[in-house]
Amino acid sequence: MAFKAVPQKFAAKINALTIGTGEREISLGGENVFPFYSFDAPIENRPKIGIEIHDRGHYAGVPGMDAYYAGADTLAQTAKRAAAAEGADFLAVSFDGAHPDNGDRSVEDCVAAIKEVADAVDIPLVIEGSKHIEKDAKLFEKIAEALSGRNILVMSAREENYKGIAASVGLAYSQKIGAESAVDINLAKQLNVLISQMGVKSENTAMNLGSAAAGYGFEYVASTVDRVKAAALAQNDTMLQMPIVTPVGSEAWTVKESIVSQEDFPEWGPREIRGINMEVSTAAACLAAGSNAVILRHPESVKTISKLVSQLS
Amino acid sequence: MALKGLDIFKLTPKTNCKDCGNPTCMAFAMKVAQGAVELDKCPHMSEEAKAQLGDATAPPMKKFTLGAGESVFTLGGETVLFRHDKTFVSKNLYAVSVCEGSFDGKLPEIMKVDYDRLGERMYVEFLNLQFTGDKDKYAGLVEKAMGTGRGIILECRDADAARAALEICASVKPLLNGADAQNLNAFGALAIEFGVALGVTGDNLDELYDTAAALEKLGCKELVLDVGSSSVKGAFAAAVQMRRAALRDNDRVFGYPSLVNAAKLAPGDEYLQTALASVFTLKYGSIIVLDKMSYAQALPLYGLRQNIYTDPQKPMKVEPGIYPLNGADADALCVTTVDFALTYFVVSGELERSGVPLNLLISDAGGYSVLTAWAAGKLSASSISKFIKEFEIENKINNRTLVIPGKVAVLKGEIEEKLPGWTVVVAPNEAVELVKFFKEYKSA
Repeated sequence: MAFKAVPQKFAAKINALTIGTGEREISLGGENVFPFYSFDAPIENRPKIGIEIHDRGHYAGVPGMDAYYAGADTLAQTAKRAAAAEGADFLAVSFDGAHPDNGDRSVEDCVAAIKEVADAVDIPLVIEGSKHIEKDAKLFEKIAEALSGRNILVMSAREENYKGIAASVGLAYSQKIGAESAVDINLAKQLNVLISQMGVKSENTAMNLGSAAAGYGFEYVASTVDRVKAAALAQNDTMLQMPIVTPVGSEAWTVKESIVSQEDFPEWGPREIRGINMEVSTAAACLAAGSNAVILRHPESVKTISKLVSQLS
Repeated sequence: MALKGLDIFKLTPKTNCKDCGNPTCMAFAMKVAQGAVELDKCPHMSEEAKAQLGDATAPPMKKFTLGAGESVFTLGGETVLFRHDKTFVSKNLYAVSVCEGSFDGKLPEIMKVDYDRLGERMYVEFLNLQFTGDKDKYAGLVEKAMGTGRGIILECRDADAARAALEICASVKPLLNGADAQNLNAFGALAIEFGVALGVTGDNLDELYDTAAALEKLGCKELVLDVGSSSVKGAFAAAVQMRRAALRDNDRVFGYPSLVNAAKLAPGDEYLQTALASVFTLKYGSIIVLDKMSYAQALPLYGLRQNIYTDPQKPMKVEPGIYPLNGADADALCVTTVDFALTYFVVSGELERSGVPLNLLISDAGGYSVLTAWAAGKLSASSISKFIKEFEIENKINNRTLVIPGKVAVLKGEIEEKLPGWTVVVAPNEAVELVKFFKEYKSA
């Protein structure tokens, strides 16, 4: 009497979204089973890993990362270094410095910088904004225009600014859009509906459902992703079939465990090792829940998660 | 197949005697059908009915304990594959793998990680004792492990050595992880003789299935299914397929907790072990074995586990009280928010980032977020002033300025009325704005 496995593959599937061009083009999503359930049906596109830098360079202050990027003085040089990280499938550039409270870098400056990056690397590009509603809408439009033809993913359009972003990034320049909501299946679906009503095809949209570091309310992330995947696959909800892209580094490196110094918490050990463990744990949990891509900061985390994905695929 | 409530009702005495604690036999039958109550709660059920229903109403996954005394750990008893369908019940447990040669070197770090997070003790629950070929040395290792007070897993496929080890440690109810298709008779007998739980391995799912079924037949009632360590992909496939077979397809042969040995799946790779432990926390690992457990690993892993095993209907709460941050003393500014754990973590994290010494006052708001608590009447001028009085804040803190969440700015006037001598300041609406707010804060 042997074990009788009952596979669970669905008629519906997650949309496959491509970003980048040429040989480096990658596809996110496309599967008709739960994450890593390749025993149920083959999974064509394994989850992808992004490495994140920001508009002024790498995220400094962690010895290993500082060493990795040593000597990279311009954004383009930093981008090149990041793109070469073992296991990185795409490069995410965050424009933190464009936020009015954080340097208020001009749109023109940002565009000039990203153009240099685009000339320096051929890896697919994901653009993350400043999290300032109005500034991002302008910034994304100009970047989408400047990188026309590069098939970039712009993250993120939110409920407050999706109209302009959908019209410019999605329709005028045919780039890909990430729809950002705050860890809630209904909000996610509503935003997807609104963006599709603007005329952007759902095949050209990804979702950023929001995230949380391990220990910081991750149960909401896990259950939201679980429910989104169940609705997309089991109920064929076309407004939830977009692949999920989750920025992890920005959460993992900003919680107490990854910030406080070893002098203040001697028993916790070096900050860098804590940060990598936090980033790796959060990313692995996101992927197990159903993210089709994660965005990480530390090259060591990228390498580890790349190993995890290839061993699980 | 699961039975319907009505089918069960037909077999009850239908006397509505309430001896089972339910108002009617029908109510009892419905609960049994949902798996919420066990059949033997009814003292009047006939033997015939019990036999007829016993198998069909037994929970889909066995629940039992390991350990003894103060270190008793519950495994299994899950009823759903996704926590949003109800809740996960028995949190996954961690073990660190040690052998005779590595025990002394590893022990200090294992014992060092021992802390409290939201009222839950976070530490390495088990030592996984690897057998390295020498029976006497193994017995010595078991002796040493007994002295630590931690739970014991015997990773040993040698029946003689296992017997010698069990003679030492059976009293603390260890897990004997060593049964396979070849030795199942000997190991089944050992487990029964010493009354311990038995770990089962197989080269593939079919072999594991047959071995587990054979052990059940021998009378072993407490099994732990080892997901295997030949590949990550295989281990994950086993963990998911076994749990799914038990809970979705009611296949009781796989209705047991699992064991994942991440130390073997990713030898020498701390970060990959952390990643694997995280994956198996979400997807169906019951005991997870690691090479070591440093603070750097423990902080995310225990936090993640606490999140995933939170009952969706009962949010995590923080104990009410004074939480001094950034070296705050009695003169530091007071800040208040609710006791919902997520709010507490986000707010305290931002306050710590500001570097400004602050006394964070957490009052009992029913475990709700700020707006929900306010709407439910759990966060109000009365609740805050009551907290200030009950906790004798005025005797403990000299500062008389209280910063309240921006979302309940409306409470300012009323709090000042109830707390003469206090000044209430309204913080921004969002936690992310707190760092800027407090860095730029000048006392009025």
